[in-house]
Amino acid sequence: MEKSKFVIAVYVDNTAGVLTRVSGMFTRRGFNIDALTVGETERSEYSRITICITGDEYDKEQLINQLRKLVVVKKVEVLDEDANKRELMLIKVKNDSQHRNDIMTAVDVFRASVIDYSMQSMCIEVTGNPSKIDAFVKLMQPFGILEMCRTGIVALDRGSETLFTK
Amino acid sequence: MKLKGSQILVKTLIEQGVTDVFGYPGGQVINIYDALYEYKDQINHVLTAHEQGASHAADGYSRATGKVGVCIATSGPGATNLVTGIATAMLDSIPMVAITGNVPCSLIGKDSFQEIDITGVTLPITKHNYFVDKIENLADTIREAFAIAKSGRPGPVLIDIPKDVQVASYEYEEKPVVEKKPLPKVSDDKIAQAVELITQAKRPYIYIGGGAAGLGMGKDIVAFAEKIDAVIGCSFMGLSAVPQNSSRFLGMQGMHGHYASSMAQNEADLILAVGVRFSDRATGNVSKFAKNSKIIQIDPDCAEINKNIRVDLGLVGDVEDAFKRIAAATQSASNPSWLCRVNDLKTEEKQFENEIAAADTAPLTPRQVFEIINAEKPANTVITTDVGQHQMWTAQYVEFDRPRRWVSSGGLGTMGFGLGAAMGAYVATKDPTVLITGDGSFGMNLNELATAVTYKIPVVIVLMNNGVLGMVRQWQTLFFGKRYSNTVLDRKTDFVALAKAFGADGYLAETPVEFKKAFQKALQANGPTVIDVRIDKDAFVLPMLPPGGAIDDIITKV
Repeated sequence: MEKSKFVIAVYVDNTAGVLTRVSGMFTRRGFNIDALTVGETERSEYSRITICITGDEYDKEQLINQLRKLVVVKKVEVLDEDANKRELMLIKVKNDSQHRNDIMTAVDVFRASVIDYSMQSMCIEVTGNPSKIDAFVKLMQPFGILEMCRTGIVALDRGSETLFTK
Repeated sequence: MKLKGSQILVKTLIEQGVTDVFGYPGGQVINIYDALYEYKDQINHVLTAHEQGASHAADGYSRATGKVGVCIATSGPGATNLVTGIATAMLDSIPMVAITGNVPCSLIGKDSFQEIDITGVTLPITKHNYFVDKIENLADTIREAFAIAKSGRPGPVLIDIPKDVQVASYEYEEKPVVEKKPLPKVSDDKIAQAVELITQAKRPYIYIGGGAAGLGMGKDIVAFAEKIDAVIGCSFMGLSAVPQNSSRFLGMQGMHGHYASSMAQNEADLILAVGVRFSDRATGNVSKFAKNSKIIQIDPDCAEINKNIRVDLGLVGDVEDAFKRIAAATQSASNPSWLCRVNDLKTEEKQFENEIAAADTAPLTPRQVFEIINAEKPANTVITTDVGQHQMWTAQYVEFDRPRRWVSSGGLGTMGFGLGAAMGAYVATKDPTVLITGDGSFGMNLNELATAVTYKIPVVIVLMNNGVLGMVRQWQTLFFGKRYSNTVLDRKTDFVALAKAFGADGYLAETPVEFKKAFQKALQANGPTVIDVRIDKDAFVLPMLPPGGAIDDIITKV
C-alpha cells in the first residue's frame, strides 16, 4: 500500500506520564513518528498531541485504533489534508559582511524575523507550514547554519468544526 | 469513616467483591499486610513461595471464574517478579489487578532501597497502570482499576502505592461493585451484511477464540452450526468454549491444531471468527491463510480488526449479542457436500493419528496418558498446563466438559505458569484441578509446591518427563539437523523424592497401569501430588505447521 504523510490530533488527560503512554505505544507497535507536539487546549483537563506520521492506510487504521484503546486518550482524529498546519523554527546562522544582505532578503521574503544579532551570527525566527520551514533551511545552508530547532507542527482543521464535533 | 491508606485499599478490595488475594509481604507493603491481618475474616490471603507464583495464581483464579484476580507484591524485586505474570495476563486478555507498594514519595526518584519505577516497567504489559501519590485518589483509583480490568477486552491493571499513601489517613465510604462498561452493540446494518455473507456461503467455518471462551455460548454456537450446516474450529484460547461431543466441532486449528480443523479452515469459503485475534501461531503465513474464504470478524477490540488478517467484514462490539443476532437472522442452509468433505478430512486425521500411535512403541505414550486423564478426570475438572509439547498434547487430546476449565498461557507461552495458575484455579473453584506439565517447565516454578502443601491444594501434577526440552528439541530435529543445543536436560532430579521433601505425594509412572493408579490416588489426596510420568524424548507433537508456513507445509509424520 502507498505511504503518505498524515496528521493525527489526540486529546489526552492532562496528567503526568501521558506522553510516555502515547509515545510508548508508537514504539511498541513499530510506528515511526515524524514529529510530535503537545500543549494545552481550550479545556484545562486535556492536552492536545499533534502527531505527524508517514504510513499507509493500514498504519493509519491501526494507529487510530491502538490510540483509542489507551485509557488516557479521550479523542483521536486524522486531520483533513488541507488543515491549517504551522511550525515554528529558531535558526542561528553565520553573519558576515559578504552574506548579510542575502540573509536579510531571505528573512524579508519569508516574513521571518531576526530575534538576535551579533557581528558573528544572527538568530532568525520563522513560522509557517513545514514546507516553508524546509525551504528556509535549504536557503540558509550555504551561509552556514550554526544551530537550529523546530517545534514540530500544530494543526487545526479549517471551518467551525472541532475535534469534538467532527 | 477515617481509615489509613492500607485499610482503604483492603476495604475497597472487599467492597469490590474480592475474597482471595495472592501475594508476598515486604518492607513497602508491610502496612497493607497489617490491614490484611485486620480484615482476614473477610479476605483470604494466599502466601506464595515467589511473587511470580502469586501473579500466575491471580491469573488462574481469573481464568477459572471470570472474576478479577488480585496479587500483591512489595516494591523493587517484589514488583519486578510480577512482571512475567502480568505480561501473561496481558497477552491472553485476562482481568487482573496487581498491587505493589513503593518507597514513600519523598524517596521516589532517588534510587532508594528497593525502589523501582514499576509503572514504567509495566507500561507496555498492562491495559493501564497507576501510581497513586494522593490518599484522596486511592479508593477511586482501585475502583477504576477493576472497571478497566474487566471491561471491553479484559486485561491486567497495576496500582503502585507509595508507603506514605498507605499510612496517610482519609475518609472512606463504601461504594457498590463497579460494573463492566457495556460494550457497544453492533449496528443492524453490519449484522445484515454478515447475514448476507453467511447466506452466500457453501463451506462455512465458525472459528471460536478466547474472546468467546468465557461467555458460555457453546450451545448457541453448536445450534448455529447445525442451522447453517457449518463446522466449528477454535484457536488455542478458544478451547473449552464449545461442547466437544458435537460432531460439528473439529478442535483447535493452527500450528499444532487438528488436521481436519486446519484443513477445513483453509478450504472454507466463509470464516465467522468470534473473539479471535489471528495469532501467528494460528495463521502461519498470513499471505496464504484461508485464501479461499471471506472472513467476518467479531471482536470487542477495534484494533484487532484487520490487524493480522485483512477481513471482509469487521464487527466491533458485544460479541455474544452480535453472534446471537446473526444466528437469529440467518436462514437455515444445507451444505451436504461440505460436510462430506469435512468427514473425509476427519477420516484422514484418524488414519494418521492411528499410524503415529501404532509406530510409537514406548512403554507409555502421551496419547495413553491423555486417554487415562480423559477417562478418570471427574466432572468440572480444571485443566492447567505449562508450556511446551505437553501443552500442545493437552490442547489436542483433553476433552473439556464446560467453559473456563482450560487454564493455559497462550499468547506469551510462559513456562512456569502452570503450578501457580493451578493453585489460583483451585482456590477459586474448589473443583478438581490437574496440572499437566513437563520437566522443563516444572523446573521453573516448582517452589510453589510448598504453597500447595501449606494450603492443602490437591492439584494433580502430571509431570511428563522426557529429560529434554521437548518442543525446542522437536524444532531442532526438524529444522536444525538434530543439533540438540542445550535441550538435553540430563538432570538427576528425583521428582518423587522432591515431592516428598516438600510434603507432597509423589509417584513414578512408567506404564499405563502405573499412571492410572497414581492418577486415581492423586485425585483422592488432600494435598498436591506429583506423578513423574516417563515418556520418550522423541515423542512428537503432530501435526505441525512450520512457523511461517502455509497449510501445504503441514507435517503429519516424521
